[in-house]
Amino acid sequence: MKHDMSQYPLKLEGDKVPMVRFQNVTKKYGELTVLDGLNLDVTEGEMVTIIGPSGSGKTTVLRMLMTLETIDSGVIYVDGEPLTHMVKNGRLVRANAAHQRQMRAKIGMCFQHFNLFPHMTALANCMEGPVHVLGLSKEEARERALELLDMVGMADKRDQHPSRLSGGQQQRVAIARALAMRPKVMLFDEVTSALDPEVISEVTSVIRSLVDQHNLTMLMVTHQIGFAREISDRVCFFFRGKIEEQGAPEILLEAPQKERTQQFLSAVMNAN
Amino acid sequence: MPYRDFLVTYSDRFIDGTLITLGQFGLAVLVAIFAALISGLMKMAHSKTVRAAATVYIELFRGTSLLVQLYWFYFVLPLFGFTLEKFTAGFLTVGLCYGAYGAELVRGAIQSVPRGQWEAALALNMSPAQRMRRIILPQALVTILPPWGNLMIEILKGTALVSLISVADLMFETRQINNNTYLSAQAFGTALIIYYIFARFMLTPIMRWLERVMARKIGRT
Amino acid sequence: MLDWKLDFTWEILPRLIAAAGNTMLAAGGGYVVAVILGLVFALAQRTPSRTLTFVVRELVEFVRSTPLLLQIFFIYYVGPQFGLRLSPWTAGLIAIGLHYAAYLSEVYRGGIENVPKGQWEAARAINLSTSQTYRRIIIPQALPPALAGMGNYLVGILKDTPMLSVIGVAELMHTANSIGADNFRYLEPYTLVGLIFLAISLPTAWFIRRFDKALRRKMGLTR
Repeated sequence: MKHDMSQYPLKLEGDKVPMVRFQNVTKKYGELTVLDGLNLDVTEGEMVTIIGPSGSGKTTVLRMLMTLETIDSGVIYVDGEPLTHMVKNGRLVRANAAHQRQMRAKIGMCFQHFNLFPHMTALANCMEGPVHVLGLSKEEARERALELLDMVGMADKRDQHPSRLSGGQQQRVAIARALAMRPKVMLFDEVTSALDPEVISEVTSVIRSLVDQHNLTMLMVTHQIGFAREISDRVCFFFRGKIEEQGAPEILLEAPQKERTQQFLSAVMNAN
Repeated sequence: MPYRDFLVTYSDRFIDGTLITLGQFGLAVLVAIFAALISGLMKMAHSKTVRAAATVYIELFRGTSLLVQLYWFYFVLPLFGFTLEKFTAGFLTVGLCYGAYGAELVRGAIQSVPRGQWEAALALNMSPAQRMRRIILPQALVTILPPWGNLMIEILKGTALVSLISVADLMFETRQINNNTYLSAQAFGTALIIYYIFARFMLTPIMRWLERVMARKIGRT
Repeated sequence: MLDWKLDFTWEILPRLIAAAGNTMLAAGGGYVVAVILGLVFALAQRTPSRTLTFVVRELVEFVRSTPLLLQIFFIYYVGPQFGLRLSPWTAGLIAIGLHYAAYLSEVYRGGIENVPKGQWEAARAINLSTSQTYRRIIIPQALPPALAGMGNYLVGILKDTPMLSVIGVAELMHTANSIGADNFRYLEPYTLVGLIFLAISLPTAWFIRRFDKALRRKMGLTR
């Protein structure tokens, strides 16, 4: 399918360039439209939480940004440059693997099921990317990894394998691992959904300190409404592949305008 | 001739043959690992041509008899200009034959590694080669060891066929002894025991030990 | 490089095809022996008698761990020393049957063990005898999942029949060797043998896969 790419700039320019821009992004799985002409800007340093029922497309947003999924139409920009496309002969064409790899360096992701490498210790997990992808020396990578493990409170467990760690501990190591790559954008895909309730706060406090101390741009998909209210700059409610409503957390979560938002929030509150 | 005397008289021949068999076995295993890895990975490639090439190799070697392959490699290949020494023809053919079976094991093991591992490696921006080498293959190794152990026993048994292209292995020596002495029970019986000892009391325990080591490395004790 | 003699090919093809018939006969015969003997081995390992279980278990392990070629020689040459005059065909069928019975017994055991324990308990609750339980309840449930494994071994037996050439059974390999030795040409006979094997084994394997899929669908085992 030929799309008219002329509506999409080759590069985002100006003073207030968003760190992440979804422009008219559509994604279909066969007949099912998962994302429907999505337009979303995230400014640098902003913390955006995405909520919504399952199937609303919220996880797909993160996965596309991490290039785990391809898009069908539209363009995603990261740090002013196109991610899903690249400039060739003055036009935008689909990005090849090399370009994707280059852009991917700016993005880091934490997964619901942690996905730590089981055959490596916590420390080795955090050193893997810096050594083999960023080309750091082992000493530099080790120093960086130890610093980050200390920050997430896992320094004493650095020589343990993931199988010896609890879910909350594994997720904290996973956060350190992602941060070791020094991304500009951090994605959190339901990072507490697979955790026992009593360890959720371990992870949320790490994320909270990230928000407080760093200028990272973050997108988070979560069911933890209370946590979202506390740390987000903006909350987006997704429904059927579109942003139904978005705004400051105090407003959207407490006084939602749209009926679907109200229904969703009351259902979630009742469940808790 | 009582059995003990028999053993004493012919022990040299048996030992020589056993050493050749072990040599054939070791080299065939190396060839099989190589062939299985390459063709297994090829079968998962994006390119249709690459996949087809692997399929041709696999179906060809799995669909024909090892003995036929051995004769073909030793007698027919020279007509195409490739003359192989019989020892080389032996382990090469056995290795390629069982490598074709191994390819399926490789594919299954790699696909058994959870999807999340591929995604985490991608999120760290590893190149596909790094991802395969450092993350996927080490984890696939644990899954592949048990069925690979069975394949190794089949390879050991397969080496007996190289005697039919006159490689002086255990099978060959045993037949010679039988032809000379007509003491079939002693000759073939001894050979059976030797093969049995290697398969059951050396190969199997080593593979089980390897499985335990790998499982520990992954943290699954 | 390639000096393929077409008329030589046509000349030897009828002989090879006739020999292929022998190959399939040997494979089929060996398979029948293996199927029956394998069941005996499997059931023998489930008797209360510890000695019998142990002996059969060790025998099965021994047969599985040693080369078929060696077993063929053993049976053919040692048989007479025990008073058994064995023709090449008989020795070959016994050897193949025994060897693959060991493999099949493992397949049966797996199939039987996969039948849920509750089935045994239900059979006992309605007071079925052991043999009735096996015959009417267990084996009918154990068999269908085991059929795919059994089918694979049929293809395996087919490919092992050339070993019988060494004791003089006139199957494909033996015939090809004769033709080669008589005419001093090995290219056509050996290549044709390979192709004939492919022609027999590939459709058989494909057919077995189809059969297994259809059977699983019928039993509700596939998604």
